[in-house]
Amino acid sequence: MSALLHVDNISKRFGGFVALDGIELEVQAGERLGLIGPNGSGKSTLVNCICGTLQNETGNVTFDGHKLDGLAAHQRTHRGLARSFQLPRPFHSMSLADNLRIPLLYTVRAREGMLHAHSDLGARCHELLDMVGLAAKAQQMPRDLTQVEMRKLELARAMAAEPKLLIADEAMAGLSHSEIEDILALLVRLNERGITVILIEHIMSAVMSFSQRLAVLVSGRKVADGKPEDVVRDPEVVRAYLGQ
Amino acid sequence: MNAAKFALIAFFVGLLVLAFAHWLKIDYFFFAGYTILQFTVLATAWNILGGYCGYVNFGSAAFFALGAYSSVFMHKVYPLPVPALMLVGAVVSGIVGFGMGYLTLRLRGAFFAIATLALAVVLQTLVVNWDFVGGSRGAYIIRPETIDIGSLQVNYIEYLFVLMLVLAAIVLTTARTIERSQLGFGFATIRDDEMAAEASGVPTLRLKLIATTLSGAFMGMAGAPFPYYIGYLQPSSAFGLEYAVNSIAMPMIGGTTTWIGPLIGSLLLGTAQQYTTAYISLGTGVNVLIVGVILIVFVIIAPNGLVGLVQEWLRKRRKS
Amino acid sequence: MDISWDLLINAITAGLLLGGFYAAVTAGVSISFGMLDIVNIAHPAFIILGSYIAYFFNINFGIDPIIVSIVALPAFYALGALVYQVYYVSFEKRGQESLRGLAFFFGLLFVTEVGLILVFGVDYRYVEAAYIGPSIHLGLIELPLRMLVPCVVALAMFAALQLFVTRTFLGRAIMAVSQDQLALQLMAADPIRIKRIAFGLSIATASIAGALLIIIQPIEPSVGRDYIGRVFAICVLGGLGSMPGTLIAAFLLGVVESLTSTFYGPSWSPAVAFGFLLLTLAFRPAGLLGR
Repeated sequence: MSALLHVDNISKRFGGFVALDGIELEVQAGERLGLIGPNGSGKSTLVNCICGTLQNETGNVTFDGHKLDGLAAHQRTHRGLARSFQLPRPFHSMSLADNLRIPLLYTVRAREGMLHAHSDLGARCHELLDMVGLAAKAQQMPRDLTQVEMRKLELARAMAAEPKLLIADEAMAGLSHSEIEDILALLVRLNERGITVILIEHIMSAVMSFSQRLAVLVSGRKVADGKPEDVVRDPEVVRAYLGQ
Repeated sequence: MNAAKFALIAFFVGLLVLAFAHWLKIDYFFFAGYTILQFTVLATAWNILGGYCGYVNFGSAAFFALGAYSSVFMHKVYPLPVPALMLVGAVVSGIVGFGMGYLTLRLRGAFFAIATLALAVVLQTLVVNWDFVGGSRGAYIIRPETIDIGSLQVNYIEYLFVLMLVLAAIVLTTARTIERSQLGFGFATIRDDEMAAEASGVPTLRLKLIATTLSGAFMGMAGAPFPYYIGYLQPSSAFGLEYAVNSIAMPMIGGTTTWIGPLIGSLLLGTAQQYTTAYISLGTGVNVLIVGVILIVFVIIAPNGLVGLVQEWLRKRRKS
Repeated sequence: MDISWDLLINAITAGLLLGGFYAAVTAGVSISFGMLDIVNIAHPAFIILGSYIAYFFNINFGIDPIIVSIVALPAFYALGALVYQVYYVSFEKRGQESLRGLAFFFGLLFVTEVGLILVFGVDYRYVEAAYIGPSIHLGLIELPLRMLVPCVVALAMFAALQLFVTRTFLGRAIMAVSQDQLALQLMAADPIRIKRIAFGLSIATASIAGALLIIIQPIEPSVGRDYIGRVFAICVLGGLGSMPGTLIAAFLLGVVESLTSTFYGPSWSPAVAFGFLLLTLAFRPAGLLGR
């Protein structure tokens, strides 16, 4: 079975700084992959290259059997890739519900070519907000949200695009224990419905309980990739986290 | 209220204005009114790209002048009635808008803004060096006294005024329709956070190109009748700084998020400038200086313009 | 044949001298746009302001324009700091720098230009100094002093800035703030203060650039607008924030402009810079030596 996502020798430099150095990664359809690494190791840069927000210098990304070379970010989203941003980027001039309407209009509707009735959209926005616990604030503006609530909105907006592969970039930072449980349960439910999930997190307990497979990025290179229990015992991984 | 109804209402308001002007029987009203309506078109057109999408165009004069010089060119090659010239102006300016957008819109907004400045200067230099349209010496277009429309003989300046009135109604209807449509929604995401918009599936480049082309085309349409209005067209007047400033100041002072802002801004500032030029004889220098100062003040203290101030006030009233 | 060579070499020389001057003019924008990411399109207005101040004191008191500009440095620095403070409080803090910030600087550009028109009128103004007029002759090459002196002063100022940015703590802090504001904060330096100093410095360069400008050519208020394109073209072509790149780009632009002016006529030269800018933005936005 060929992988849903195949990252083939991706490199990215910023001037003299090498952010990503020959990353190879495969994600199977329906998998739950955890991606960890110290700050600055290139996790978000990798996400940006996969999703088209940044251009990689070498290598290519193949998704669902098609090469993504040259495709703009919005085209990759249309094909079923969705991501939440590590630092939330809401549309600040619109309500939460409207924030979710955008991917519904521009991705889901564009993909299906059908005309949903407006009430359908409204109900769907509400449903999505409810999944992340923000239903009560549907008509409020992003500036009235806490940081934590903005992260949930980020996640909801990524979910709204009805992706095949969802990349959650540090969606749980700052959440309480029970909130983490809720989001994890949500991600597991999504996964059970067939959505492949890449979870990027620093909260080890969440990553360990969620991931079927764990990959580790250190200084732009992948240093480990395998079963979570094995990876956390890998000496190089331990060294990267505890320093030398 | 859908677009058709709004257009109808705009049409009726236009008729009322026209009837009033007719009743006044003052030629000056048509001259001044034409200039004010011209700014309404420019301000609204600017706002489609600037206010809705957040991309600042400093070269409104370029698109306006392109429309004007297209008319001069056609006048020498194959004279057409003014409404047809407006379509020519729309096409020429629209294409240039599209081309420039294609070259620069993939970069940050700041680069686009600088490129628009560049465009204005390049075009002005080209025109100054092109003798066929008069070069730096300028071009004369003799404005007829009257024009025959069917069996009516209409004052020419009144005719130009009506054309500009119709154009203003069209541009306002278009802006309003866009604002309330999915397209306008997409524009707003580009303004709010372009990266997030792309990630959500919004084809940002395509939308920006639509905005730039439309904006440029409308500005070109506003410029097309200008040589007939003014009689003698010089590059320095077609590319004049007051077009760049006013197309930015009027929407920003009126309010950039809705179609009402540029309308209010253009009516207020346009009328004020006409008044001060005619009655206080401050000269265009001081006139335009004041516009600049007001722009700076508004940009600092009232970022959403007059419309924003009113909305703020209404929101506070609703809370208490 | 002889005449062509003579013309060509002198056009190139004039272009190089001009390029040196352009580097000084651009240095300020290299700091504000290249390092601070502030699109100060009003920079040329400050330069023209500097020109008029030099003019005023030169015509009325006979003081050398370059001396005037050096004395005026603190005033320009203070002006720059003030402008940045307003910009920061009104826009940067609120995260609205794109649309509103641009409109703000555009307003400043505009108000300055029109203000100067009202005070000084649209007639061309020029200064008088001992070195305006004579030239040095080196074989075929003619070096007009009115271009040589500004070029030398410009390069000196440029070198001084480069030294400042690479050798002093403040200078390195300015480089740092352009790359990583957080790291700077962790070093217990206030990024806002650093940016304010940098912007003040950027406007201070306009004082000197203005004096040099009026030595090279007579000025009137709208001359500033020609320089918007040149300044940003050089900045972008040279790669934002790269001082050596800016220098090379400045020389390149100066030479191309000079050649165009000599062989095709001076009315085409405003378009050269802008043409450069459009081409660079379209095909190589990172510039020649970009980061």
